[in-house]
Amino acid sequence: METFLRYVLLGAAACFVLGLHLMNAPATARRGNQLSASAMAVAVGATGILLARNGDITTTGWLVLVTAGAFGSAVGLYLARSVAMTAMPQLVSMFNAVGGGAAVLIAGTEFLRHTTELAGSVPGALDILIGAVTFTGSLVAAGKLHGLVPGRPIVFPGARVVNVLLGLTGVGGVTWLVLEPDSRVALALLAAAALAFGVTMVLPIGGADMPVVISLLNACTGTAVAMAGFVLGELALITAGALVGASGGILTKLMADAMNGSVASIVVGGFGTGDSGPVAVDGDAAVRAVTVDDVAIQLAYASKVIVVPGYGLAAAQAQHELAALDRLLTDLKIDVSYAIHPVAGRMPGHMDVLLAEADVPYPRLKELAAVNPEFPQADVALVIGANDVTNPAARRPGNAISGMPILDVDKAKSVVVVKRSMGHGYAGIDNELYHDPRTGMLFTDAKKGLTELIAGVRTLVA
Amino acid sequence: MSVDLFTAVTVFVLSVLVGFEVISKVPATLHTPLMSGANAIHGIVVIGGMAVTATAASPFAYVLAFAAVAFGAMNVVGGYVVTDRMLEMFHARPVPRSTVEE
Repeated sequence: METFLRYVLLGAAACFVLGLHLMNAPATARRGNQLSASAMAVAVGATGILLARNGDITTTGWLVLVTAGAFGSAVGLYLARSVAMTAMPQLVSMFNAVGGGAAVLIAGTEFLRHTTELAGSVPGALDILIGAVTFTGSLVAAGKLHGLVPGRPIVFPGARVVNVLLGLTGVGGVTWLVLEPDSRVALALLAAAALAFGVTMVLPIGGADMPVVISLLNACTGTAVAMAGFVLGELALITAGALVGASGGILTKLMADAMNGSVASIVVGGFGTGDSGPVAVDGDAAVRAVTVDDVAIQLAYASKVIVVPGYGLAAAQAQHELAALDRLLTDLKIDVSYAIHPVAGRMPGHMDVLLAEADVPYPRLKELAAVNPEFPQADVALVIGANDVTNPAARRPGNAISGMPILDVDKAKSVVVVKRSMGHGYAGIDNELYHDPRTGMLFTDAKKGLTELIAGVRTLVA
Repeated sequence: MSVDLFTAVTVFVLSVLVGFEVISKVPATLHTPLMSGANAIHGIVVIGGMAVTATAASPFAYVLAFAAVAFGAMNVVGGYVVTDRMLEMFHARPVPRSTVEE
């Protein structure tokens, strides 16, 4: 029977890989997720049957299992059904937190139950370290994203010193616990240091760095689950955890590259806090303000429009207005597509989900490498709520965003920027795009501006 | 169930490599559902929670096991449901106008 369960779990692990493979295209992605979910259900069911047949689980055990399972499922289901798409990053963070938390509890229980051998105590101690850091780190990240904890970097005097001390205590705790697996003091010390480190690690990180942080915490949760697999000797946990670790690792790298920082520099200090001076903008550096009517004319007579959405669009909740403008322009046979920078939202791919929710067809959502060659053919590039990712200064050395991959918005025939003020982006530097003679600035709120643009275009074509 | 450490490390290393291979092909458009889907996959930790419930022998151990299973169940159920909800929204063509309010 136990052998049979092993085969079932192996099959489930294979289905997880296949499910992820099907995610490589939007058309098959949903089926992939459903395959993965079914495999998970079978794996959980088979484990339950095995526990029942072996008969080594007490009545209290069953009671705990059933109530905890029902409770957790109900909470998960409620959150998953009710969450707004804009709040997706904090939900994913919550799931990272509980996944990491479960992994810590498993290793903790095993340490308390018996003296683990060296082979088990190394991954066990690592599980507690990584899982506990992820647990509190993800909770703080979710709090920041949800506005419960201020999103700005929170730095207190001596924070670096505290971080280093907690880190060293964590490493010391792991060593101690490995050498003396039955020491309760070592276990408590390690857990406490790791839990505190999770908090102090994420608090100083600013809101715009969240895509990197969430990806990193996701990778950590995966690794913690894999370590729990080592502790229990469950290969399925090792495989699943390793897959998630790889996924989180890839996304962390992609996000850090897109933000022009190394993972270490973002975790340690944040972006734009360096000492590089502001970019010098030539002479009088005037900007050209345009009216809604000007922009409506440009849009109505364009043949190709590329929209560049940024987090400001989501913050203004204007996705649906944007989609309505898109439908209006598409009906006029205008080619509308979207240039989506990897860090356009608060987590990888967030902007795509927000636009998909507003019923924008996915083939028109284009990633950086695919859309950049299209800008020279675009009659209008409409920038809404994006700033640093459109700044041509990134192509020159010597400023805070040098080398950052940007969208070639300045190559379009004309550019319209919808923005409330001349305020700076996250990097804290002037955007040279705004001073380009081909750029018109429409100073308004995204939602209001788009609603007026829809009305403007309607009047023109009526 | 017990496996020797070498087997476990082998499985871990190969799984990481398979993960890199499969996931690097996922387009940026799907990165959010990918992450939440991967999140659901690490919900398999619930099986570990079930295993420690079976071996629990003290009230404290039951409390820990309860939390582990509840966390794992929340992770797995919530993760798959929300991923499905997101993927359902990705359409290749515009949604028929009749169903879309202006």
